Amino acid sequence: MTNLRYIPGVVSLEFKSDACVGCGLCTQVCPRGVFVLENGKASVKDIDACSECAACVTNCVRGAIRLRPARGTTASVIHDWLRRAGLRKAGSWQDQLHSK
Amino acid sequence: MDVNEKQNGLDEEYREPDSLVEGAYCLIDARASIWGEEPGQGPHSRPSFGPGHRPGFKICHFVREFVSTPVGDVPRIKTYWTARDYACTALARLGLVRNSYKVVPGLYCAGFPDKHAPVLVVANHKLMFDLLRRELAGIDAWILVIDTEGVDVWRASWRKFFSTKELVRVVRASRLRELVSHRQIIVPQSAATGVGARKVKGECGFDVVFGPMRFSDLQAYFENGMEATPQMRAATFTLSERAMHVPVHLHLLTKQFILSALLLLVLSGIGPDILSFARSWSRFQSAFAALFVGTLSGGVLLPLLLPIVPGVRFAVKGICVGLPLAFLLLLLGGAGLTPFESVALVALTLSASSYSAMEFAKLTPFASKTGIDRETRCALPWQIAGFGAFAVLWCMARFGA
Repeated sequence: MTNLRYIPGVVSLEFKSDACVGCGLCTQVCPRGVFVLENGKASVKDIDACSECAACVTNCVRGAIRLRPARGTTASVIHDWLRRAGLRKAGSWQDQLHSK
Repeated sequence: MDVNEKQNGLDEEYREPDSLVEGAYCLIDARASIWGEEPGQGPHSRPSFGPGHRPGFKICHFVREFVSTPVGDVPRIKTYWTARDYACTALARLGLVRNSYKVVPGLYCAGFPDKHAPVLVVANHKLMFDLLRRELAGIDAWILVIDTEGVDVWRASWRKFFSTKELVRVVRASRLRELVSHRQIIVPQSAATGVGARKVKGECGFDVVFGPMRFSDLQAYFENGMEATPQMRAATFTLSERAMHVPVHLHLLTKQFILSALLLLVLSGIGPDILSFARSWSRFQSAFAALFVGTLSGGVLLPLLLPIVPGVRFAVKGICVGLPLAFLLLLLGGAGLTPFESVALVALTLSASSYSAMEFAKLTPFASKTGIDRETRCALPWQIAGFGAFAVLWCMARFGA
């Protein structure tokens, strides 16, 4: 399935190799084959394949993986534009609705 | 009358079969084959209720029988689909049954599991449950159904929102520790976004093993000694999977489609001769046809043809699919249109197609949310501009431009 690719260079995945203990859970739960286990530690093999599903974040015991994806909805983009234009206040109920 | 006398052709003396020695799979009372215990009576009526029947409750059609276990009666389920399951699956995929399409959370079993049998965890959405049990023919396993409230394949994505908390609750409530001697539960890989393996172990003592991504790989997974190959772990997006997403995709576009259609109605009516309803209506029909074709190309064609459509961004893919369709539309129905109107319709078709295609990205298993956000910020202004260009040209054409 790696033949289906999306925009490269945008994924917000951060992996701290020092914190990794090599349990391999990230390689098991990742549906896109982002991680690979080598020399007793995980490493990011293919970051642009990441779909930001956060399965690795949930399962990493040491918290070595961080993900800060955008909201990803058209409504949140429009709301952001309206907020910048001053037509919606920051911290309004739409912000709460659209924030993580 | 002495029942040991020869009756109705039975030559041997009747005796009660010994269930242990004779291995009575199900106890057949020989007298039941004789019409009535006394001549002249009809068939002997049997009680039609048994264990598992409780006042006010009905037994689900997929339950075969109830099994007595150390933790209580557990329903043994059928591992095949009946016509009813096929029909309801079709309805569920089309989104016609949603909130009620659930299974009660708790413990079930398939086959004849014992305390060493594996425990499979599944969401309580009935379609997921059916997809699992269909793969369990010949397998002895316990099935733990957990309440994944709000999980509906018709919500934003296909992820099954298991939560660690709910899984732990059901493990405790079903008294799994007393039922099985091992301490392992198999959770579908797609639940990994919500289920943290180490956290579950800490809270209820069970090791979470992530099974394959698709239930159809379960048999191979077990045969492989519960080792998942990389193919089993990878998310796929085959033609049939893409086709299954089309009804959801179209449903999510409904609001925008209706609003756009209303806007077209208004725009088609604007002109020097506002009293000419017939003219306005025929213009609306042309505009609506363009909107429809654009939505169809981005909503149906693009998902089906996804791997072969050029472009990385979905908005671009939408243009690629929409362009030939727009020209086809003009070829077939553009006889009486002025050049301005033709250009306007192409702009409308392309922006509708691009927008519909962009929305489909959210339903794919490979598009990152950050990428979708970037693409939307980039493409949406163009799509709005395209619609604006249509509006301007459409109205200008009416005024004799």
